[in-house]
This record gives sequence, structure tokens and C-alpha cells, in this order.
Amino acid sequence: MNGKTETMRQLTYREAVREAIREAMQKDDRIFLMGEDVGRYGGCFAVSKGLLEEFGPERIRDTPLSEAGFVGAGIGAALGGMRPIVEIMTVNFSLLAADQILNTAATFLHMSGGLFNVPIVIRMATGGGKQLAAQHSHSLEGWYAHIPGIKVLTPGTVEDARGMLWTALEDPDPVLIFENNTLYNMKGEVPVNAGPVEIERARVRRSGADITIITYGACLFKSLDAAKILAQEGIEAEVIDLRTLRPLDSETFLNSVAKTHRALIVDEGWRSGGISAEVSARIMEKAFYELDSPVERICGAEVPMPYAKHLEEAAMPQVETIVKTVKRMVHSND
Amino acid sequence: MNEESTIKKAEQEISREHAMHLLGRMLLIRRFEEKSAELYSAMKIRGFLHLYIGEEAVAVGVMEALSPEDAVVSTYREHGHALARGVSAGSIMAEMYGKQEGCSRGRGGSMHLFDDKTRFYGGNAIVGGGLPLTVGLALADKMQGKNQVTCCFFGEGAVAEGEFHESLNLAALWKLPVLFVCENNLYAMGTALKLSESVTNLAKKAGGYNITAEAVDGMDILAVEAAAVKAAAEVRAGNGPYFIECKTYRFRAHSMFDPELYRGKAEVEEWKKRGPVVNFIQLLKDREILNDADIYELEKKAEEEIFKAVAFAEAGTLEPVEELTRFVYSKRSIS
Repeated sequence: MNGKTETMRQLTYREAVREAIREAMQKDDRIFLMGEDVGRYGGCFAVSKGLLEEFGPERIRDTPLSEAGFVGAGIGAALGGMRPIVEIMTVNFSLLAADQILNTAATFLHMSGGLFNVPIVIRMATGGGKQLAAQHSHSLEGWYAHIPGIKVLTPGTVEDARGMLWTALEDPDPVLIFENNTLYNMKGEVPVNAGPVEIERARVRRSGADITIITYGACLFKSLDAAKILAQEGIEAEVIDLRTLRPLDSETFLNSVAKTHRALIVDEGWRSGGISAEVSARIMEKAFYELDSPVERICGAEVPMPYAKHLEEAAMPQVETIVKTVKRMVHSND
Repeated sequence: MNEESTIKKAEQEISREHAMHLLGRMLLIRRFEEKSAELYSAMKIRGFLHLYIGEEAVAVGVMEALSPEDAVVSTYREHGHALARGVSAGSIMAEMYGKQEGCSRGRGGSMHLFDDKTRFYGGNAIVGGGLPLTVGLALADKMQGKNQVTCCFFGEGAVAEGEFHESLNLAALWKLPVLFVCENNLYAMGTALKLSESVTNLAKKAGGYNITAEAVDGMDILAVEAAAVKAAAEVRAGNGPYFIECKTYRFRAHSMFDPELYRGKAEVEEWKKRGPVVNFIQLLKDREILNDADIYELEKKAEEEIFKAVAFAEAGTLEPVEELTRFVYSKRSIS
């Protein structure tokens, strides 16, 4: 046994989220989970499996198919002194609650001149890759990141999946957590005494001197895989996990670009007006003269997500595309 | 106009003191709204301004059924609700002036009045948007074992929204302590109820959610009060939500931009004959509960309060532009 195995343990992303919910509910009576099929069904992605037995139907609260109703009810419950975690099955369904998220949760503190803050946490699955077609597969977290008044978290690692929920529950304002649906089965290590994690800063997941790849969520692993391949060819990519899309930490990627002089943004969301456009604009504004080649983006194709496997793959950023693009960028000045 | 027969004319006894209180509140709202219209024309108030004139009996009557720890959720036509709930006229007027002494620090304006002391959770300007919030406030009370009522005002236009359906279902399903108060003034902006609902009997519609519901003459302050007191008692007793449809009418346009092409003057004049203030005064005089001197006294009091409110708003200060992005996120952390 080495020291690492004593202090670290392995679990899946799904288990990490479940653990975070369970611990939070054990610690704080005000916390409850509400959403479609979170109780008897065990959660659409089995995140809340077993929690109903432990906490009962009042605190693991199954809701009807009423996204606006139960998200709004979560906002009201937060105003009334509770700490709700509201689960929306997928990001596409969150559009049925967009009124409550944007017009109520995000505006309440400001509209009331600071009188009423809304400590709600809204979790939802996001992203493609499961052949679920055009109404279950989109990545709208960048679009939500457009909205002042909410925070947008995109945990890409098991540690963040566990720790970010904890931190979100301690936040006085609305926090949206986007869990990429392809990550639920992913295994990772977390410290035995894992707790909340800070959500203010992006993180360098791999160091490198030749190019900065800026990404988050499931694309983090595609980027890390690409970086491994590139390393075999002598290209060292620095991979930055944005972690939080609002507020967006510019400093970490600007520092990296100042070092590598090249930036590629990898994002599953649509290209036009997406979070990648925002990151790119910030690099232009603050680090333009650091650049040795234009900033580039690999984004989701601008098409509603198709069902057929080969088309879906073509619509999403892939490791090969990242490798190819990086090579071209790095050799652009040769 | 009133095809249902469920309207109840209240015949109950009323003390002089209570009559003074109710009439005083209604007069305050009426004169406050008249002053607001004047100040809008003088360009002191801008944005949208939705006046409550004609509907005063609803706010004043319903508030009589609520206690200070209860919560109120309201709409963009909420000056009357806020005043009846006890939010100060000065802080409301200052809000409409965009001053930082306003109840929402000038961030909300006429449509977004908020007050934590009276648990007034605002003017929601998305029709139906306040309904899910109401469900949540009531859910929080129920989960925390607090015997409190959350009262939600909304217009009949909200009935067509999906959020109405979802909220009534949730409130009934979870037996939540909600008092739904539908202010049916017959027009959603310019669209008549009969042009927007397949079922125009709204109390009957609420009944479809297994919610106890009744319609009441919203122009009759005593009828509204009686219905609200009875409803709130039911809610407090743990019998789940209750729905009151108050049949009322707005005497003024929808907002200051509305040329009122969708209704005839004769219809408005017909409803004015049923005016909540004029008829209540007549009733009190007929029953010899109040006399002209009493009414003069109440008018004078309202006038003074509004004079003070305007002075307060005029003397108010503008928030420094440097503070523009305050209140987007909380500065303080919470436990």
C-alpha cells in the first residue's frame, strides 16, 4: 500500500454527485431534492438511487412533468428558508423552465434592490454522445452563461462533481450545475476527506508550452487524450478546464496564452455566440499581442443534434479533430 | 357580465372603526393611483404604469385575511396590493421615481415592488410567473412546520398560461397553504376573457384541480373580505389551497400607452356605477355608520399621506452609477 491509496478512493461521477447530495442532506435539514423521477425511479441517470429510502418522500420529492412549476417552486422554497436542489432531467427540458430561471431566479436579487436572494441549486444533464437526437443532446450551458445573476458550473472531474455541489449549496445565489451525461460512468479519484471545492477559478489540467487548449466538461477528456497523442509528436499542449462558465475566470487562460502564444477552444456547444466566442473575445481584448497564430475554435456543428451515430460524432468535437487542428496551428509559422 | 350566480353580497355587520380602516385604505390606493397618473404625465414616473383604480376592494379585502407572517406574491399591477399590505406610500413613490430610497432601490420601478418587512415578494411582470414562486413559498412553510399562508394575486389573463396549470396542480397535489386570488377584470391587456378561455367560469376551472374555489363580487369590499377570511381560515386549517375569483374591473386603461380600442365607453361607465369606493361610501352612509365629516377626514388623511410620499420621492437621491452592478450577486455569504 502506498500513501496515495490510503488517502484517495475511487468512485464514479454518478456516485460523486449522489454522495454530495447525501452528505449535504445529512448535514442540513433545509436541503431537499426535487425533480422528475428523482425518488421512486431513482433518477433518470440513477444519480439519486437509494436516497428516497434514506430520506423519505418529503425530501426526495418526485414532481410531475412541470418544469416551470417545480423550478419556480424551488425558487419560492429558497426564498422561504429552504435550500432546494432541483434536478431537471436534461438541459433541453430546462427550456420549459427558462422563464423561472431567467426572469425570476436571476433577477430577483437585483429587482428587489438586494432584499431577496435566491439560494437554489439547479442540476441538469447536458451534452450529446448517446444518440438521443435533437431534443435531448444539446449543450446549452454556454447559453445560460450569458445571464447575469446566476452561476454556471460545469464539473468535468469526479472531484468537481462532488465538491462543486457542496460549494453551490453554500452559495447565497442561484447556481446551475451542468453534468455532462457521458461522464456519469466515468471513474475518478477523490481524497478520502473530500469537501467543497472553490468554484471561482479555472484549472490547468495539463501543463505544456506550445499551445493552450481551453475547454470544460466532457471535452476536457477529449482534449487531454489529444494532448497525449500530440506529446508523442513533440507538441506539448496546456489543457485548461474552465470549470465555471459564469463568472468566467479569464486570468488563468490569459496567463497560459501569454506562455504558449496559441489558443484553441474546444466546446460542445454551437459555435455562433457560444462560450467559445466569449473566451476568444477576451483573448483578443487582453492578449492579442501575445498570439503567434489566430485563436481557433472546435465547436458543435451548427445543426440540431442528429440521431445516426456517424452524424452525431461528426457534429461533436472529437480527439482527431483536436489533434489535427493543433498540429496545423503549431506549425502555422513554420 | 356576471353570468355565474355564485357572487355573494355581504350583509355582515361592520363597526365604525373597521369601516374607517377599510375605506381609508381604499381611498389611499385610489388617490395614490390618481397621483401616479398625474406624475406620469409630468414625466416624473416613466416606464410602464399599470393603475389599480376600480379594483381597490380586492387588495384591501383580501389583506384583511392575512397576518404579518404570511407572504404575498403579486403582479405588475401591484401598487394597491403593496399599499394594502402596509408597504409605505413614500417608498413606493420613491421607487417609481427611480430613487434609491424606493422599496426596491429604484431597480424595480412600478412593476417590481418588494418589501421584506411585510413579506411582499414582488410585482412579477411575467403573467403567471409569480404562481410557481407561490407554490415554493408555501412548500417551504409546510416543510418547516410553519402555519403560514402564501397569498398570490394574479389576473384572469394568467389562467391561460401553463404556469397557472402547473402551479394549481402542484399546490393541490401537495396540499400546500396557498390562497390563490384571481383578479378577473375581464381583459388581459386588450383581449377579453371570452376570447382567451374555453371555460370562462374560473372558479369552476380551479375546481378541476380539486381546489376549493368560489367567485365573489370583487367590487364589494365586504364580500371580498368575508370570502378571503373564510378561505384563509381553510388554508390555515391545513385543508390545502383555496381559490377565490374576484370579479372586478379596471376603470383606467391597461397602461399609460393603451388607447382602449377593445372596449366601449358605455361598458366602462356601466362598471363605474358599481365602483368599490363610491358604493361602499353609499352603504356606510345608508347604514349611518359614517357621515360626510368622517369621509372628509379619510380623504384628508389620504391626501396628506400622498403629499408626504411625493415629497419623500422628490427629496430622494439617485443611486450612484458606480453601483450599477450591485445586487447581481450577493456580497454576503449565508450559512
